[in-house]
Amino acid sequence: MVVLSAHNLSLVKGERLLFEQINFSVNAGNLLYITGPNGAGKTSLLRTLCGFSQGEHGEVRFLQQNIQDCAPLFQQKLVYFGHKAGLNAQLSALENLVFWCRLHAVAAQETDIYAVLADLNLLGLEDIAVSKLSAGQQRRVALARLWLKQQANLWILDEPFTALDKQGIALLNTKMLAFLNAGGAIVTTSHQALSPQQKYQELHLEYRW
Amino acid sequence: MWKWLHPYAKTERCYALCQRLLPWFSVLGLVSLVIGCVWGLAFAPSDYQQGDSYRIIFIHVPSAILSKAMYSGMAAAAFIGLVWQVKTAFMAMIAMAPIGAMVTFVSLITGAAWGKPMWGTWWEWDARLTSQLILLFLFLGVIALYKSFNDVQQAGKAAGVMALVGIINLPIIHYSVEWWNTLHQGATILKMGKPSMPPDMLQPLLFCIVSWMLVCAAIFLLALQNEILRRDIRRPWVIHLVKGKNIGTAQLGSTSRGQI
Amino acid sequence: MSAIRALLYREFALAYRQRSELLQPLIFFVMVISLFPLAVGPAPQTLQMIGPGVIWVAAILSSLMGLERMFRDDYHDGSLEQLLISSRSLSLLSLTKVLAHWLSSIVPLIVLSPLLALFLHLSVEMYWALLATLLLGTPVISLVGAIAVGLTVGLSRGGVLLALLLVPVFIPLLIFATSAVNAAAMQLPYTGHLAIIAAMLLLALALAPFAIAYALRVSLS
Repeated sequence: MVVLSAHNLSLVKGERLLFEQINFSVNAGNLLYITGPNGAGKTSLLRTLCGFSQGEHGEVRFLQQNIQDCAPLFQQKLVYFGHKAGLNAQLSALENLVFWCRLHAVAAQETDIYAVLADLNLLGLEDIAVSKLSAGQQRRVALARLWLKQQANLWILDEPFTALDKQGIALLNTKMLAFLNAGGAIVTTSHQALSPQQKYQELHLEYRW
Repeated sequence: MWKWLHPYAKTERCYALCQRLLPWFSVLGLVSLVIGCVWGLAFAPSDYQQGDSYRIIFIHVPSAILSKAMYSGMAAAAFIGLVWQVKTAFMAMIAMAPIGAMVTFVSLITGAAWGKPMWGTWWEWDARLTSQLILLFLFLGVIALYKSFNDVQQAGKAAGVMALVGIINLPIIHYSVEWWNTLHQGATILKMGKPSMPPDMLQPLLFCIVSWMLVCAAIFLLALQNEILRRDIRRPWVIHLVKGKNIGTAQLGSTSRGQI
Repeated sequence: MSAIRALLYREFALAYRQRSELLQPLIFFVMVISLFPLAVGPAPQTLQMIGPGVIWVAAILSSLMGLERMFRDDYHDGSLEQLLISSRSLSLLSLTKVLAHWLSSIVPLIVLSPLLALFLHLSVEMYWALLATLLLGTPVISLVGAIAVGLTVGLSRGGVLLALLLVPVFIPLLIFATSAVNAAAMQLPYTGHLAIIAAMLLLALALAPFAIAYALRVSLS
């Protein structure tokens, strides 16, 4: 089953053509690994896949439907983990996640959130303002969404391993494997090599002028 | 009904259309402008009350009319761009904005200059002048917003939204200022009577209005062409066009830089 | 519905935690108004004459200062992206944010207005008219202002630009609001003025949410 596919996708930013005529499809249980040097347009591609920007040409389809046409369904099934964590620095980890769950129609209760935060080694830090956490801890809080949103079948992750320690990377790798085995699809960029047992297809973006 | 317009959404066709129309508008515009100005300034009878100072209307009135027409045109282009996602419409919008601002500025200057012999001061908070001033602010806002984005797509859409906010507001501003003016106005100000203009003054005025429209249209076509070239600078047809004219081939030679 | 409630709760929690930032436009508001008696002289008649205009101009300027707060942090920390892909109606969410902003940063300004009426020697009739215009008019500032904030939130120097975009748009509001208060000063009815401001409010309520949502999408693209 094709979860996400791009058809003749081209994107222009400013005066630069970032990429053109990109075609790919990601099946359930598969991971698409986007590589390329800095500035090649990896983040822009992910943002186009999420529907933030529209390509100059071409379209993105979710379950064979244009994502603009099936936006609510697409968004219910999507977790986007961006460059920016999406956490308000003045609110605590718990407040941030409770708000996020209500917003995204995730049924998780506070106890569930406590449990996930404990799994992520954030026990005792739930009620501290996010600004007081370290960079790695903040990333973990943001990553908790992957654990919480169980109805998702597509993850779009932009550099998910940044600022994580070894144990954090291992945790995330295991979670990603479990998600793939359960039939989820992942699109990700990373400068870090993925764990060896993961099978993935690779899409390389060249830096172009 | 809109089918015939569609091909011109492509920048290349649009550029060619501008190229075809430009001579007509510029020649007709310039000729009629000269005739209109000479007719109005030299041959039309002088006013029995204001003498020759009234002759500034041959510039003031066309510019005031054009300023509103330009804003409406800009908003219409923004609407087309936002609703049907036509990129050339945004280019047309931003091509019109500076022309509109300029015309509004001219109407303000001539209005103020007319005020000196009429009211004895350079600036009177007259309803029309005040709403022209606000119109100038609206134009400047749209231009400033457009210029502060790096990405032209974003810039076009953002400025388009602001142009639409402005056009919804324009009638409200117009009537509120007029009403405010009648509220505060003393009896000393001389009101321009509407129907009192004799035909031998009205004819050159109408002629001037038409000539201004033609000239503005010609400037608009030029500005739109510039905007298209600026955006499509890397595209093959522009490079081909420039090479054909043998200008600056050295800088633009690298065709491989992304053929969008 | 639960998303709206959660968003409101979040906005109020944030407003409470950033209350010093909320206070700044308020202090600015009071300070600007106290400049006028010093500049034009303390004669009660003069102050009464310029009072409504001064209060309204100061209200517009100080709310311009506070407007940026509406989407700035959310844009920079990425919350806005999560808002956009939340499968909820973005216009409804924007409207909720505007409501929260109006309640937390404009209502305190209205609460302060009796003090300012006292400063500028407004009569009781004038004060009631002022209060009515503020209550009906300031939501228009928040709603229309949010469109411009949505458009400029991604720009590094949005502050002055915001004023440049919004001040001309608020002129009709200023005209009708101040003349309502002036009418009240002369014991004349001013319900007509209020009706026009209410009409502006309804127009803004109907159109602004969509424009805000669109503006946010443009800023995030």
